[in-house]
Amino acid sequence: MIALPPYADLLGLRRDGERDGMPVLAMDFGRQVLGRPGFLHGGAISGLLEMAAFAASHRSGRGGAVRIKPVNFTVDFMRAGRELPTHAVGHVSRLGKRIANVEAIAWQESPDVPIAAARMNMLLVRG
Amino acid sequence: MSDSDHFSSAIHASGFEPTQFIETARMHGHSGKIGIRYNGHGDDWVELSFDWHEKLVGDSATGTIASGPNITLMDMASSLSIWVRSGRYIPQVTLDLRVDYLRPARPHHTVHGRCECYRMTRSIAFMRGQAHDGDPQDPLAHVAGTFIFLDNPA
Repeated sequence: MIALPPYADLLGLRRDGERDGMPVLAMDFGRQVLGRPGFLHGGAISGLLEMAAFAASHRSGRGGAVRIKPVNFTVDFMRAGRELPTHAVGHVSRLGKRIANVEAIAWQESPDVPIAAARMNMLLVRG
Repeated sequence: MSDSDHFSSAIHASGFEPTQFIETARMHGHSGKIGIRYNGHGDDWVELSFDWHEKLVGDSATGTIASGPNITLMDMASSLSIWVRSGRYIPQVTLDLRVDYLRPARPHHTVHGRCECYRMTRSIAFMRGQAHDGDPQDPLAHVAGTFIFLDNPA
């Protein structure tokens, strides 16, 4: 898996095993990811989801030099992010020659109870 | 003074004053970490910005900023635009947000994000906005989103 970028360090992201063959990222609660008092910032959750989506995309890659250009990103916030560690994992629903459709979910206590879900379309630039 | 107290004093002042809110938020939490600051506002919009910084980069090869800081910027500008439109603080949370990346942000350029609350119902606020890095006619991202009020709006 590729190295995580500087913004992942700002969020305090770390790898935390795998789920269904895809890398799981973990983010601890702290002031650096705080929104309104006592809750995660939606931007931090989005950042985590984006990193999980990128990680899944890299894991699913067919090899060769591929640059990923994000086309769009849509996030649904389903539950408040509380003062707990948050996990996220991505899933590539379709990997084409030019486009990857990727989903990601974020959860705290159980993956069955997601706090947010994202969809991301990525343009794959090869060569 | 706790974070909660800071926020309470900033948002329960008479009416709603975005400059005070953003100055408070600047010292706290994720938006403070990114360095988001207030640029200006109108009847139904708020513009915020943050400077390019190496720690915000999402693609080390190009120096392009990750989407997280941009979403944080637009999410915050959206929240504030709802409050300036309604003239008071109403507790609300983001329901969904969509970002279209029109082009990469240029490294070392300040990112400006302006969001407008264009419709409010009893339960939902609808917003849209654009981000640019110097030329408003050449936006780098377009954002659309909805927020849901946690208790009864005006």
